[in-house]
Amino acid sequence: MCRIGAIKSLNYVHPSQALLLMQSQQKGHDNSGFAMVMHDLGGIFEGYKHLPTLSLACSDEGLKIAEDMLHAAGFQRVLQWVPEISQQPGLDINALPNYVFETFDYPKHYKKAEPKEKEDLLLDMRLKLRKALEKDELGFVYSFWPDVVTLKEIGDPKDIGTYFNLWEPDTKFTARVITAQCRQNTNYDIVRYAAHPFFLQGYTALANGENTFYLKNVEYQRKLHRGYIGFESDSQCFLYTLHYVHRELGWPLSYFKHVITPLPFEEIGRREDQASLLAIRQSLAHLEINGPNTIIGVLPDNTLFTCCDAKKLRPIVIGRSSDTVVFSSEVCGINEILPARDWETDIYPNEREVVAIDSNLEVHRWKQ
Amino acid sequence: METMKANDITPNDLPWKIRYDAGRCTLCGSCVAACSFRAILPKVERRRMVFSEGDLPEPKQRFSAVPVIRQAHSIKNYCRGCGICEKVCPNDAIGPVRNVDSRHPIVTRCLGGDSIKRGGRKNLEGTVRTLDRLRVGRISQMTDPSLDAQRHSFDMLAPFGRILPARKLPFGVSPEGLLQADGHTPPVHWIYPVIIGDMSIGALSWRMWEAVAMAVAYLNEECGLPVRMCSGEGGVPVKLLKSRYLKYLILQIASGHFGWNRIVKAMPHMTEDPAGVLIKIGQGAKPGDGGLLMAQKVAEHIQAIRGVPKADLLSPPNHQGLYSIEESVQKMFLSFNAAFKFRVPVAIKVAASATSVSVFNNLVRDPYNIVGGFFVDGIDGGTGAAHEVSLDHTGHPIVSKLRDCYLAAVSQGRQGQIPLWAAGGLGKTGDLAADAFKMICLGANGVFTGKLILQMAGCVGNEMGRCNACNTGLCPVGITTQEPALVHRFDVERAAQNIVNYFLAMDQELKKLMAPIGNSSLPVGRADALVATDRAVAERLQIQYVC
Repeated sequence: MCRIGAIKSLNYVHPSQALLLMQSQQKGHDNSGFAMVMHDLGGIFEGYKHLPTLSLACSDEGLKIAEDMLHAAGFQRVLQWVPEISQQPGLDINALPNYVFETFDYPKHYKKAEPKEKEDLLLDMRLKLRKALEKDELGFVYSFWPDVVTLKEIGDPKDIGTYFNLWEPDTKFTARVITAQCRQNTNYDIVRYAAHPFFLQGYTALANGENTFYLKNVEYQRKLHRGYIGFESDSQCFLYTLHYVHRELGWPLSYFKHVITPLPFEEIGRREDQASLLAIRQSLAHLEINGPNTIIGVLPDNTLFTCCDAKKLRPIVIGRSSDTVVFSSEVCGINEILPARDWETDIYPNEREVVAIDSNLEVHRWKQ
Repeated sequence: METMKANDITPNDLPWKIRYDAGRCTLCGSCVAACSFRAILPKVERRRMVFSEGDLPEPKQRFSAVPVIRQAHSIKNYCRGCGICEKVCPNDAIGPVRNVDSRHPIVTRCLGGDSIKRGGRKNLEGTVRTLDRLRVGRISQMTDPSLDAQRHSFDMLAPFGRILPARKLPFGVSPEGLLQADGHTPPVHWIYPVIIGDMSIGALSWRMWEAVAMAVAYLNEECGLPVRMCSGEGGVPVKLLKSRYLKYLILQIASGHFGWNRIVKAMPHMTEDPAGVLIKIGQGAKPGDGGLLMAQKVAEHIQAIRGVPKADLLSPPNHQGLYSIEESVQKMFLSFNAAFKFRVPVAIKVAASATSVSVFNNLVRDPYNIVGGFFVDGIDGGTGAAHEVSLDHTGHPIVSKLRDCYLAAVSQGRQGQIPLWAAGGLGKTGDLAADAFKMICLGANGVFTGKLILQMAGCVGNEMGRCNACNTGLCPVGITTQEPALVHRFDVERAAQNIVNYFLAMDQELKKLMAPIGNSSLPVGRADALVATDRAVAERLQIQYVC
């Protein structure tokens, strides 16, 4: 079973906190990998929040291909950061030759483009890069988006931390929102893309569970959007549904829950908003999920939220201090990084609840 | 000695022979009275008895007249194997026996010069049914726990009505962040995923029809199962049209338009909308053929409901005036939607055919969004009357066809927009829950069933040629007849109770199938939950092969 976690803070937080958060829960997962997505970047990326950063793991050849393609498309590199690698013998890591985080300026003719146009450009570029690097596994393009970096690796999370020097806190590589997970996809082949969290156009999602409506979701999502690809994990479906409901349809976040775990017909019948709830249930029946799940998501405005499946068969706890909120599958993770918090205010959401944390760390809770 | 005539009919030419034991018979006459087909009759036989009365053997002979029961030697009044004689005999003296040497298909055609007609289902038993080669093989274990059929709640409803893609919903977001509809969306009713299929009030006896209607009302109002029944083509009693129970009834219109005069006239007096309208284009049991109600079943009340004289009522094989799918959408669907002011979903029923996917594609792309369901009926469906050659040899199996339609929708990203309802021999083995569940996993939103309902009510017919006499108006159990004497054999309350109980059992069994795959709502299109024990079936349906 996966363990998932997320940190959202008023201050910039180093990934070592995410490693700590997950480390204490290691008995609950198989320590087969580490993956994280950082939103609202600090450190060296802080001055480039409006420009897209590419998160890429690749071979030398893959790096050249990617850079040539970006250059040909008119992107100009303004920043490059390569994590310092600590090659120690005996580390359990299945590393690739290069890990690159590069920030680019938009092509000149896009300088005055509308945000939507730029966002489509970034998506298309990432999809092109992914396709170009897919052959022979030349590289893995995890994200290409402003103010977001992604790192995914196969191996023991502790060793991955050591390899990338992530155990030592510094101020260069930080973010206000970090989501993390420590398990490769063990249900199917080990594929780097298959590790949560998943990212698409400002949205991040990670999940602990199993989506038994995977086939229904996949068959439907494939035709919904060009960005809905891969499907290496059943949890990618949550990201695509979040993206579709919130971004493509423009519906408020509260309706995400109504789509994935609609209320029983009997309850809908008692609601004032039954017309819209029924219409949603009908029209998006193939995006409903089933099976035990807990989902953590991040929206483009860096709102962090969580919700569960309708029978709540997977746990999640939310702990808070004055400047930080932590989501964790197990409370021991929160104890690790917020030991002094008032644990009596911890939140254990129920199966119909959504808990969202806004930029001021204000907690919004509502029942579906 | 009589001259032997080779072409005389004898019981050995007929599909059933009567087993009769004169030694056990008390000559009570019950069997003869009960046989609705007049296939047995009393006869007096001349018997010779040799006896001796003296001290020494002195054989003498005596002739006497002995009353016995005899099988009719007639292709008109031949035994259908229904077994009613056996049922009424107090001494187990009589009963039908299948005759493997039957020449019935030949002699009937030779003597009648007409095609053979009968009711029931296809009588050509093939190999193992496709559905029986499928198993629910994706069992939730460990990470995804199974649910508990007894303790968890399940949401088992299916849509009837046209469903818009989310992008086309007329939604705006209010300042409070709520979605608000401003505009019309097609009506959609969420109903139980098993519809009682279209059997007309002419095909069924009025008491049988009443039993079905009673069972449906009870299931809705007492059991909380929103089961709907379809009227079949043949009208509806006006009293029911004006009652609140109309909401449980799907009105059918077929090519004969029987009964619609009354329905239209009743519209201003309706206190409830009907559950839906089903336009019947074709029927799985006799695809390419219209409805057939023989004159002997057109009783007085049928004449009144349908507004017709006592005559054979033949619905044409096609809807006169409709020449294309587009036209049917524009004319029939629009007019029936409009008739009920766009509040009642209108669906279409077709016979499964090699071309079903093309028809479905046309409907799913219709720009008016008014086709509220695609009912596909396969070759194993039942009928009250059809030409035997149609029944046995025309049609298309439902399983792969339903799957094809679903996958066609998937390839266009349109799954769920026109709900798919499947039928045609589902529940043939008596186990409708399993068949329905498998069809749902293959992409059906729900299923509909007719023949099985009759069997719940007491129909003794089967696919081995037993009875199958629905067309004659002589149904021995009062289900498909309008003969008062036969109808009185039928116990309305008991039949309604059987239907209700079967649905309750099936509801439990559906949950018992949903629980192990860990799903609390219907697994429409979850083909990954199924495995096939036959490689060809697995390949054709795109599911996992297991051995």
